[in-house]
Formats: sequence, C-alpha cells, structure tokens
Amino acid sequence: MDFGFLVVQSLSGLASASSLFVIASGLTLVFGVTRIVNFAHGSFYMLGAYMAVTVVPWLLDFDRSPLLFFCGVLISAAVVGVLGVVMEVLLLRRLYKVPELFQLLATFGVVLMVQDAVLWLWGPVEIPGPRAPGLRHGVEILGQRFPAYELFLICVGPAVLGLLWLLMHRTRFGILIRAATRDREMVGALGVNQAMLFTGTLFLGAFLAGLGGALQIPRVSANSQMDLSIITEAFVVTVIGGMGSVPGAFLAAVIIGQLNSFGVLIFPKITLVLVFLLMAVVLVVKPWGLLGRPEAAAGRAALPEGILATPRFGPWEKVILAVVLVATLAVPVFGDAYTVKVATEVLIFALAAFSLNFLVGNGGIVSFGHAAYFGLGAYAAGLLVTKGGLPMEPALIAAPIAGAAFAALFGFFVVRLSGIYLAMLTLAFAQIAYAVCFQWVEVTGGDNGVVGVWPSAWARSRDVFHYLVAACCILGIAALRHVIYAPFGATLRAARDSEQRADAIGIDVRMHRWLAFTLAGGAAGLAGGLYAFSKGSIDPTLLSIPMSIDFLAMLLLGGMQTVMGAVAGAAAFHTIKDFFMPLTDHWRFFLGASIIALVLIFPRGLSGAYGALRRRA
Amino acid sequence: MTLLAAEKLNKRFGGVVAAKDVSFALAAGEMLAIIGPNGAGKSTTFNMVGGQLAPSSGRVLLAGQDITGLPPRQVCKLGVGRTFQVAQTFLSMSVAGNVQMALIAHHGRTRDVVADAASLYRAEALALLAQVGMAEAADRPIGELAYGDVKRVELAIALAAAPKLLLMDEPTAGMAPRERAALMQLTANIAREKGIGVLFTEHDMDAVFAHADRILVLVRGEVIAEGSPESVRANPEVQRVYLGQSGHKAALRARRGTHG
Repeated sequence: MDFGFLVVQSLSGLASASSLFVIASGLTLVFGVTRIVNFAHGSFYMLGAYMAVTVVPWLLDFDRSPLLFFCGVLISAAVVGVLGVVMEVLLLRRLYKVPELFQLLATFGVVLMVQDAVLWLWGPVEIPGPRAPGLRHGVEILGQRFPAYELFLICVGPAVLGLLWLLMHRTRFGILIRAATRDREMVGALGVNQAMLFTGTLFLGAFLAGLGGALQIPRVSANSQMDLSIITEAFVVTVIGGMGSVPGAFLAAVIIGQLNSFGVLIFPKITLVLVFLLMAVVLVVKPWGLLGRPEAAAGRAALPEGILATPRFGPWEKVILAVVLVATLAVPVFGDAYTVKVATEVLIFALAAFSLNFLVGNGGIVSFGHAAYFGLGAYAAGLLVTKGGLPMEPALIAAPIAGAAFAALFGFFVVRLSGIYLAMLTLAFAQIAYAVCFQWVEVTGGDNGVVGVWPSAWARSRDVFHYLVAACCILGIAALRHVIYAPFGATLRAARDSEQRADAIGIDVRMHRWLAFTLAGGAAGLAGGLYAFSKGSIDPTLLSIPMSIDFLAMLLLGGMQTVMGAVAGAAAFHTIKDFFMPLTDHWRFFLGASIIALVLIFPRGLSGAYGALRRRA
Repeated sequence: MTLLAAEKLNKRFGGVVAAKDVSFALAAGEMLAIIGPNGAGKSTTFNMVGGQLAPSSGRVLLAGQDITGLPPRQVCKLGVGRTFQVAQTFLSMSVAGNVQMALIAHHGRTRDVVADAASLYRAEALALLAQVGMAEAADRPIGELAYGDVKRVELAIALAAAPKLLLMDEPTAGMAPRERAALMQLTANIAREKGIGVLFTEHDMDAVFAHADRILVLVRGEVIAEGSPESVRANPEVQRVYLGQSGHKAALRARRGTHG
C-alpha cells in the first residue's frame, strides 16, 4: 500500500463525507427547529435524484455546458424544497404537539407514499444520470487517477457549511433558527411568527436533501431504494454529531467517510457494522453526540404515552376473550387452509406486537428496531434446522434464547439513552443485524435467505402447526401480561412516569429497563422462530425497517394505552394487509396514508374506541 | 448522635464556586433549614447530600458511613427519603399505587414477576397515607389531586422507605399559604415522633422560623451563620447580607406567628 493510494482513498472518503454532510445538515436543521426526526428526509433525497435525472438531460439537450448542469441540479433541489413546504403545511404542523413515536411513524408514512409515487411516476427500472460536463475527466494525484467530479464534491461540503454559517449568523432567519434550536418555546414567547420559521426551515432542509440527491446522479443511478439506505446513514451522522448541530454533522460526516473508505480495506464485509459500532460508542460516552446539547428540561410532567391503567378483565372482556380463544382453536375445524394460515400468522404477530408494547407502552422504551429480535429468532431457528441439521423442537427453544441474547447485548447500550436518541440507537442496531444477515452470504444466504425451514413431521400439517403456534403465543402473551401486572411491570411504568422519582425510591432504572428489553427480545425471538417454520423460509426482510414499522403500526392501530390493544392491532393489521395487498399495486401508498390517518385522527386506536364504547354503555 | 455530617463540601462548576467548605451536622429528630438568597448554593449543597451531584471535594457521612458521590438510588437504600421542589410522582398510578411502588422498591421486590402489584403492600400504603391525611384519596389517580395534596403524597412516598433522614427541597414551593403551614407542621410532627432528621431548603421564612430547630445561612456558597432561629434572626450580618428590610419584616411576622 503506497502513499498515493492512501491519499486517494482518503480523498474518496472525503467526497462521500461531503455528500453525506449536505444531506445530514438538512436533517439536523429540521430536527433542531421542529424537534421532529423526519424519516421522509431520505425520500426528499431520492426525489432530488429523480428530479435531476429528468431535468438535467433535458437541459443538456440545449447545450452541454457545466452551467446548465448545475442549473438543473439547483432547479431539482428547489422543487424538492417546495415539496418540503407542502409536507410542512399539510402534515408536520399537525404533529408538533404529538409524542415523538407518532411523529416518527407519520413521517415514515410519507416515506411509504413517496416510494409508491416514485414507482408510479418513474417506473421500477434504475435511471442512470448524465455525467457532469467539464468534470468528466480524471485528475492525476500522486500517480493515481482520481475523478474530477469527486474533487468537486469534496469542495461542496465545506461550501455548504460556509453558506449555512453565513445564513445562521448573518441573516434574521438564520438567527431565529439558532434561537429555536436552543429554546423553541422562548422564540414563540418573543412573538416570532413560528409558522413562517418552520415552513422556511422545512424548505431549507428539503432543499439540502434534494441537492444531495441531485449531486449524486453522475455517480449512482436514481433508484427506489435510495431513500431508506441514505436515511439510516444520515441518522447516524446527525446522532453522532449531535442532533441539531450543523458543525457536528460535518465532523461526524468526515469521520464516517474516512471510517468507510479505510474500513473497507481492513474489514471489507462489515463496514456498515463499523459505522453503527462507532455510533454506539459515541452515544455511550457522549449521550448527546459530539457537539450536541442536552435537551432542555421539560416543564411540568405530562401524562406518558402508554399503558395508563391495568384493569382486570370485566364480564364483557371475559366474554370477548372466551369467544376469541374458541375462535382461535376452531379455525382449523371450520376454516380452509388459507384461513388457517392467516390465523396462525395473526397469532405470531400478536405475540411480537405484545412484546413490543411491553417495551413501548409499559416501559416507555420506544424501540424502532424490534424486528431485529423477531428476525434473529427466525434466523436462529432457521439456520439450526437447515445448516445445523437439528429438528424443530430444539430450534424453537433456541429462537427466544437468540432473541433475548441479542436484546441483552444491544439493550446494554440502548438503556443508557432516552427519547429520540434511544429510538435512533434501536434503529441502528436493527440495521446492523439486517446488514449482517444481508451481507454474510455464506451463512445466511444473503438477500435470498434460506429455504427448507420445515417443522418436525408431527407438526407438519397446517392444523397441528396452528395449535402449536396457538399454544406458544397464547402462553407467551398471558405470561407477559402477567408480568405487566406484577411488581416488575409496575416498576417499569414507574420509571417511565418519573425517572427521578424512581431513582429516589431506590430503583435502578437502567437495570430494570435492560431486563425488560431482554425479556421482550426473547418473546419476539420466539415469535420469529415460529414465523420461520410457518413460512418455511427466512430472509432479511424479517429484520428490516419496514418490518419494525409494521409492528409499530399494529400498536398504533390497536392502541398502545391499553394492555391488550396490541393483540387487537396485530389481528386487524395483518388481516387487512393480507386482504388488501393482493388487490392493489399501491399497498405501500395505502399503508402510509393509513398510518398518517391513524396518527392524526385516531391516535388511541381500536382499544381507545372500545373504551369509549364501554364508557357510553 | 450525629445522623448526617457534611464535612468541607466544595463544588465548582467551571470557574464558578457554588459551594465552599460547607460543613454542618444534623441529629436524629432534628429539623435543619438551609436558607440563603438565590444562587447561594442551597440546591447545590442539597444535591450533594442526596447524590444528585458529586462534590468536588469533601465528605458526606450518614450515621458515620461515607456516602459521598453515591447515586441517589443507593443513598435511598441507606435510609434517605427525598421530596422534590416540583413534586415527582408516578402520574399513571393511583395515590395508593404510588406509595405501594415505593414500598415495593423498599422491600427489594421490583424484579418480582409473579406477585400482583395492585394488592402488594396495600395495607402499609394506606397506613402511610393515613399519617399524611390522604387515606380517603387512596384510589384516586394522583394526577387529579390538588398540588398541596400531591406534596403530602410525596411525603408518604418518601416515608415508605422508613428513612432516617428526609431531604426536602423547597417543600412548600407552589403551595397556598395555609397548605404550607399544615404541611410543615405535619412534617415536623412525623419527624419528631419517629426520630427522623429533616434537612430542608426553603424560601418561605414563615415556614423556616416556625419549624426549624436550627438554621444554616448560605451566601455565595459559604456558611455565614448557623444556629437556633433566635440567634440567626438576631445575627446582624444575616440581617444585613441576607434578610434585608423585607426579610426582617418576615422575621417579625414569623415571631408573631409563633408566639401569638
């Protein structure tokens, strides 16, 4: 490895750092002012790229000049900025006061809608962009060729940083942004027009995302997976840098760019893992990122978003429970094979969703990566059966153990944080697990996964397997429900309501949260193991972000304020999904719109509606 | 005997000295008030005793045992109950549920996954609530109570761990005057009856002069006077530096209150 090679490697790291910074700076600005972590920022990036591959070639038809190329890039970014304004006015304005979990879910709804809109407008095929006129050549650096466009990109990052600095320190708008990032309520109390400030910030944020996307077109083709891959990276940059801090984002982007370009030489397979590991270490040492500030202390405590009461089953609930149990057991007798399959899956998702609500609703631990433990349980079971040659029974015992073991490992870091940082770290860990399953092809089968995960002979019929699943899931849910009513469950609620008070009465909050995280991971792992056998296969989508979102959507639909809401939510969500998905090509659009509608008009879900009904009766 | 001893506590925040060689002692059953103008270092001193802040130097001894720098949950286990300036309670629980939770923690059963939390230690919780006059409200959600009543429940929560020492940070802040006197009287009665030492900070001079056995006066992080309410009230330096004209009136008012 000679010196020239190292320099070029480092330069290419700077080029990707620069692009990443442009995108992340928009995300961090929007978070600083609105306190919303905008999942749709990745969608803006993708839209920027699609706009650019449409607009730029059209402009270059007139004259192949660098000027027109960059005009096209700026026009694309501006169009995306306007889309950001539309999103702020139509959606975000209604979200500023809702809990952060709901904000994240609603902006993820936008992600789903944009994905389908992009497929509809531009089709599923990747669209390569034109190279930039005047920057198509290579430059000789220490005996190595280096693309001129990459050199240009290296300059873009510091230029954007400089322009943002001028904006933030020399204009009234920028000073207001900084003030709002420090203390939003005070800015409001001073009589600043917040609506204009927030709308303007969204324009700026979306513009930067669109600019980042448009600048990528000479390097990568526009494709419909760009949004989620960039958003996790941008999250990592903003979290490491400190959310709301633009210089922090710059510093973090440079570090990650270098880590990636040199990490790939030393550990080519696990670059993604390295990045998330860095994030975990930074958050443990500096819980608010490198240059971030602690959240301003909240005023009077508000009622937490989660399980508020733990009532016993009344006569009505007992009747409903009996009917549901009988129906569950009667499905194989009366239903056809398809109905049995759906009922089996509903049971599995009910256990997974219940274990998530044990964390979110009961413990106030907003996990955005619960699919990791579900998926790791599935992989443990699936790999033991296919590669390990074990029968189903020990594999089903291994599944919850694997889920719990990884939850214990990841949870050790997770419980050190709170709020949005905690949610981001759970997401990051889920992405590590996803990346390992995706990239470790020899063991996990990569993208295709592994097939042939079949139950033992005695449980191979759909009906018998249904009873096996019913036994596991009903017992699992009953056990977790019992824990919610036990002192341990109450302790978690206490720590959620007031960490300070819990500490003062002698509760080790972190330790209890860690135990809860492990327990919930184990239950999700069991659900995942059962799911692997019900499908007969495993693949990385089981631990992907959309899977985690599905679980959260189940909670949202069922209502996370009640103990049993998650079960109702899982049943309703899965049946609706199973029914509608074959009927439409735009399932994601429909799902995204439904999530947004739930957050805005129906935040207490089915069990909230049931509670209202009971009070009226 | 000495229940709590602070020995030469110092705390610096960057260049700011928030507490300088603060020393004091507190006996069982005694009520010691820390007073001083804003920024005098009351809360800093208080938080160093409660474990919320680690002192830059100095020691805190509880019944002879060094508790300097221990986290709050361990300080609690050693017999220190605490109430906060803004009451901290478990909002999703009932009044009794809050006290039961404290009892569950005190008995080390927070990891119990078998028992039924709603019925555990209920009788003990009701007895504690009766002590603070809140037994009737046992099954109401704590979020529904008036603030003065929340403060009483918080006192019951603090008493659940059978503390040797109670730390009360501005116990009467945000309360109506009549409620203040009642809460302080209640605290004094319980402390004397059970031999609990009480360390409290307070802005309300009526409460301080009516109920404290001894008063510690802090100014700019330093102790400028310590002694009985009478001696502190008579101390010319305290009058000059801290009480000033309006404070002097408060002192007179307090005297009328206690003697008349």
